Amino acid sequence: MMQFAVLSGFVLAAFAPLLHRWFGGSTSFVLAAFPAVLALWFLGQVPAIMDGEVLGFALEWVPSLGMSLTFVVDGLSLLFALLITVIGTFVLIYAGGYLKGHPDLVRFHVVILAFMVSMLGLVLADGLVTLFVFWELTSITSYLLIGFSHADLEARKSARQGLFVTFAGGLALMAGLVMLGIAGGSWSLVELNGMGDALREHDLYTPLLICILLGAFTKSAQFPFHFWLPNAMAAPTPVSAYLHSATMVKAGIYLLARLQPSLGGTEMWVGILSVVGALTMFTGAFLAIRHTNIKKLLAYSTVMALGTLTMLLGIGTEGALIAFVTFLLAHSLYKGALFMVAGILDHETGTKDVTAMGGLRPLMPVTALVALVAALSLAGAPPLFGFIAKELMFETILGAEAYRWLVVLLAFAAAFLTIAVAAIVALRPFFGERRPTPRVAHEAPVSMLVGPAVLALLSLLLGLLPVLAGMGLLTAAASAVIGEQVTVTLALWHGINLPLVMSLVSLALGYMVFRRWDQVRARLARLDPLMARGPEAGYEALMDWVAVVSGWQTRILQNGYMRNYIMVTILTLIALVGNSLLLRHAPEIVFRLDVRFHEVVVVGLMVMGALFAAISRSRLGAVVSVGIMGFSIALTFILFSAPDLGITQLLVETLTVILLVLVLFRLPRFASLSTPLERVRDVMVAGSVGVLITLLILTAWGIDQFVPISGYMVENSVPLAHGRNIVNVILVDYRALDTLGEIFVLALAAIGVIAMLKLRAAEKPGKPASQEKESADG
Amino acid sequence: MVKSGTLILHTAARVLMPLQLLFSLFLLLRGHDEPGGGFIAGLVAAGAFTLYLFAFGVTATREVLRMVDPRDLVGLGLLLGMISVFPAWFMGQPFLTAQWWTIPGIEFKASTPLIFDIGVYLTVLGSVLAMVMTLMEVDKDEP
Repeated sequence: MMQFAVLSGFVLAAFAPLLHRWFGGSTSFVLAAFPAVLALWFLGQVPAIMDGEVLGFALEWVPSLGMSLTFVVDGLSLLFALLITVIGTFVLIYAGGYLKGHPDLVRFHVVILAFMVSMLGLVLADGLVTLFVFWELTSITSYLLIGFSHADLEARKSARQGLFVTFAGGLALMAGLVMLGIAGGSWSLVELNGMGDALREHDLYTPLLICILLGAFTKSAQFPFHFWLPNAMAAPTPVSAYLHSATMVKAGIYLLARLQPSLGGTEMWVGILSVVGALTMFTGAFLAIRHTNIKKLLAYSTVMALGTLTMLLGIGTEGALIAFVTFLLAHSLYKGALFMVAGILDHETGTKDVTAMGGLRPLMPVTALVALVAALSLAGAPPLFGFIAKELMFETILGAEAYRWLVVLLAFAAAFLTIAVAAIVALRPFFGERRPTPRVAHEAPVSMLVGPAVLALLSLLLGLLPVLAGMGLLTAAASAVIGEQVTVTLALWHGINLPLVMSLVSLALGYMVFRRWDQVRARLARLDPLMARGPEAGYEALMDWVAVVSGWQTRILQNGYMRNYIMVTILTLIALVGNSLLLRHAPEIVFRLDVRFHEVVVVGLMVMGALFAAISRSRLGAVVSVGIMGFSIALTFILFSAPDLGITQLLVETLTVILLVLVLFRLPRFASLSTPLERVRDVMVAGSVGVLITLLILTAWGIDQFVPISGYMVENSVPLAHGRNIVNVILVDYRALDTLGEIFVLALAAIGVIAMLKLRAAEKPGKPASQEKESADG
Repeated sequence: MVKSGTLILHTAARVLMPLQLLFSLFLLLRGHDEPGGGFIAGLVAAGAFTLYLFAFGVTATREVLRMVDPRDLVGLGLLLGMISVFPAWFMGQPFLTAQWWTIPGIEFKASTPLIFDIGVYLTVLGSVLAMVMTLMEVDKDEP
């Protein structure tokens, strides 16, 4: 089964530490075999998918809830799966060189494999629930990878930011997917894609679209949620190359593309996606040239690319969607390569600042060549694959129906700024005069060159022979996004037309920006006060506010005094139960006074025990009288012929008394802490809960709405469960899952007690004993 | 503090503990048909050890328990509970569906509920003992 093949990656991740013991530093290369094999398998499916076939792999998961773990391979998921596995293979090989000798390499392998599988699951899932589970798994693994250098405060902060932003969006997405499932009456993406017209007419369309868009926009770093992505560059470079440019950040884009046939094409969809996409595109390109950190430059240009993809989905014509898949592939190829080049530069020179590098070409010729090819593709220069993608993009937006001139203007501005970025990344470090760097640079090891070289070569090859990509993969992917079979024919030369003119003009403008980059940056620095008020400031303010609110409510609700916890619990109980008992049901009290003498005696004992416990001025006296109450309850159980309950109650009561006696010696001396007024309040609270529960029981007595389930249990106890003791049969058979949960709770309680007592004992020497006693009172 | 030195308690604890443990096993095994079961039996066994604790103290009780740490009992109990979940799965039935086998020769009814009940027994015993012993040990450390 294909599911097992993919999900076995999780098992592999679990065994990665073991593999490290065998293979040591070369584990990366061993692990790279996993995505490589999957990539070959996916490549083998290309011919079938090209013919419009959709491969489905169904596996029952929870049949009683109608949930299945179904994987579907169509053009779109195949394109993504190939990107994930192919780039994943190279990233693992690259990491073997980049993180060589790193003490946490094992952890890196575990998490990155887990991420890889989650991402594959995300793009292959057919069920909305499955998709969501994998979606959240990618957020978690991304969090762990951004915070990989967990000793670094900045990395931790960035990891948290990425997590909060994507999880907030994930919550919205969950609501959106649930609404989608309800609106369509199906949880399968394949089925939902067949009922686009009904969904677009549905009442829930607007709310569900907004929720899903929130999820997709946060994940794919669309404006105004773009700020987490550049901060995510705190992760090691292989992670940036993989998660934060080629795969994970495209999950939101994938979801939008996946839902294009079912939700796309409405005025709202076109409007929001075009405008947000165009804004993101421009913001990314504009913010990029303000930075000198090579990874930040690339990260912002990724934001720009993600905006472009969203915009193309928004425009949504057949041409736009063909441009979408082409741009997607082109971007993953060159951006993956460029990030790996950035990692090489960082690794070899010891700095990430491009202004500190220069003249490195003679020292690292291969890297320079790879960087040049990839950057030309980023800039959209012929004959690279990026050129084809950009031409298609220009062609599409010139024909856009909504917001045409806004979109064209922003796209043009973004284009020449991106060209400047490409030039900065590829020319600045390698040409010009040689600058001293913290480390003496030399050529990177082969393991670090393979990945970027292959990806850059692919950019060139597909540019020269676009038919290779167009015929197979992109035709299938575009057909899946559009929802009907189309043929993609890509060509390098489109003749002299407006897009070509725009490309040439933007090349010239971009080169000018590059030549005057230092002046441009100085001018833009004046905007810094304005930038400080961007969306990220809003995020910070929100987080501060959350901290303040949680501090405030903790001081009120969690102040450490047992008496307050009990009071809050009881008051909540009174409010909720009282509300539904007195206001929503008319209490019908059935009162049958049919008691025998010995029952009165037992009840009298209980009441006396309770009273004495409340007024006793000695701890031991109170414990004993509470014990009396407990034993009387046990007696009641036995009188009403429930021996199991009776025995249990007796034993629990005995143990409670033992535990209390053990704790008793640790408590401070008996003291009156409450004022008389507080005591009156306590009496009133206690009295009202007593009255309320009595009323509840008397009411419940009179209600006879449901057939008691006990009849079924009694009848089937012997034939089905082979046991005559129904209490036990319920515990270990009928309701075994509940019992399983309960023993886990019991075990946790024991661990809690041990932890509290042992840890306190361990830190004792530093603290004066009197303080300890006081805190034990709480 | 609780290590009392009275002769009566010493003698009683020595005699009673094995009996109580035997009784707890009896309760455990007959639980499916008569009053008893893992939870009750676990409490009885815990009571037996607690009595011994009160009479002879923590160190002596640890010696009686030999290599077994109460915390391991908790883990073992939970493990047995989880193990009893799976046989049904292998038979293609929903999780936790009871499976019954009769061991030939002694006609003993073995079943997943029994494994489960033993798990409950060990968890209850281990949890209570862990709590009581930790409390007493901390007391001992204090002046």
